[in-house]
Amino acid sequence: MEQATQPTLETRALHLWRGESHVLKGLSVAAYAGECLHVAGANGCGKTSLLRTLAGFLWPDSGSILWRGTVISEDRDSYTRQLAYLGHDNGLKADLTVVENLSYATGMRTDVNPRAIVSALERVHLHALADRPIRTLSAGQRRRVAFARVLLADAPIWLLDEPLANLDASSSHELTRLVGTHVTRGGLVILTAHSELSLPTTILRQLVLS
Amino acid sequence: MPLTRTSHAVWLVYTRELRLAWRRWGQLLQPVVFFVIIGALFPLALAPEPLLLQTLAPGVVWVGALLSSLLGLESLFKMDREDGTLEQLLLTGQPLSLLLLGKLLAHWCVSGWPLVMASPLVGAMLGVPAHAQLTSMLALWLGTGVMSLLGGAGAALTLAAQKGSVLLSVLVLPLMIPVIIFGARATDLAVHTETAANAVWLLVSLFVLALTLAPVATAAAVRISLE
Repeated sequence: MEQATQPTLETRALHLWRGESHVLKGLSVAAYAGECLHVAGANGCGKTSLLRTLAGFLWPDSGSILWRGTVISEDRDSYTRQLAYLGHDNGLKADLTVVENLSYATGMRTDVNPRAIVSALERVHLHALADRPIRTLSAGQRRRVAFARVLLADAPIWLLDEPLANLDASSSHELTRLVGTHVTRGGLVILTAHSELSLPTTILRQLVLS
Repeated sequence: MPLTRTSHAVWLVYTRELRLAWRRWGQLLQPVVFFVIIGALFPLALAPEPLLLQTLAPGVVWVGALLSSLLGLESLFKMDREDGTLEQLLLTGQPLSLLLLGKLLAHWCVSGWPLVMASPLVGAMLGVPAHAQLTSMLALWLGTGVMSLLGGAGAALTLAAQKGSVLLSVLVLPLMIPVIIFGARATDLAVHTETAANAVWLLVSLFVLALTLAPVATAAAVRISLE
C-alpha cells in the first residue's frame, strides 16, 4: 500500500524566478500514476514555466523535484526517459515528412517499429498524410503529429503544454480521449489547457496557479 | 545495449541533418560559391604576377575558407531552437554532447568538406602548384574540422543573444587564430616544396583538442540557451 501511495512526481517548495518576476512561489504538489493533473491559471502565472521545470529545461532557484521519491538531478537520464514532452513548439522539422519526423524523433529514444508509427498516426487520424512534408500541414494537423510523437515515446509521464491549441472540437475531443486512455493504463499526464477537459472526475484533478 | 542505443541516436541526428541539408541544397552551395569567388577575385584585384599571387595564396585560401565557413554557422542551432527540436534532443535520455557531435559532424560534411574539395580550384587560380595541393587539402580538412567544432560551440553560446551574428564572429574568429597560423604555414611550406609535417601535426593536435572539448561546451551552452 505504501508503494501505491508514493507520488510518481512531486515538487517540494519549488521557487522559480524568471528575470524580475517570481513565477513559482514555493509550489508543493504531488502527482500520482493514473491521474491527469490539469494546471490552470491566468496567462503568465507560470503554467509553462512549471512544465519546463518538470521537463528539466529550467532550474528552480530552490526546492526539489522528486521522481518516485528520488531527486531528479541524481539520475537525470533515467528520469528524462520517462518523459514525453509537448511544448508550445511542436518539435517537428518543416522540411521532413510526417513519417520521417516521427521515426527520427522516436528512434533517438527507443526502437522504432514502422507499424507502431502507422498505428499512432491512425489514432490521431493522420495516416492519409503520412508522406506529406510538415510544411504543407495546417497548424492543427502539426499539433496532432506532435501528439503522435508523444504516443510513440513509450513514456509513462506526459507533460503537455496546451496540447489542444489550434485543434477543432472533434480533434480536441479525440486527443482528450487519448489522454484518458493513457491515464487509465496507469500513466501520469500533467497538462495545461484553457478550456475544461472532458475527462471523468475520478482521474482528473485541477491545480490552479495564482 | 545503452552504447548501441546512444550510437544509433547519434547516427539518427547525423542522418537527419544530412537529409535536411539536402532538402535545402541552395543554402549548401552558399559557402563554397563564396569561397570560389574570393579565389577568383584576388588575381583580378592584384597585379597579375604569378610570384606575388603564389606568395599570397596560402593566406587567401585560409582566410577565404574561414570566412566562408562562418556563413552557415549562425543558423546552425537557430532553426532547431525555433521549431522545438532542440528541446526534444534534451529529452532523448542520451548524452547531449554526443548527439550534438553528430550534428556538428553533419555540419562539417555539408559546409567544411565542400570547401576542402573546392580548395584545389581556388589554389590553382592563385598559382598554388599541383604538388602542394594534397598537403593543403589535408591541412584544410583538419582546419575546417576545428572551425565546425569551435564554431558550433560559438553558435550555441550566442543562441539566446539578440544580436547573435556579430557576437558569433567576435567570439569565434579569435579562437581560429592558431588554425589560421598553422594552416597557412602548412600550405606555404608545401608551396615551397618543404616538409609541412610539423604544421600539420599542430593542426592535428588542435583538432583533437576541439573534438574533445567543443561537444561538451556546446551541450552546456545549448542547455543554458533553453532556460
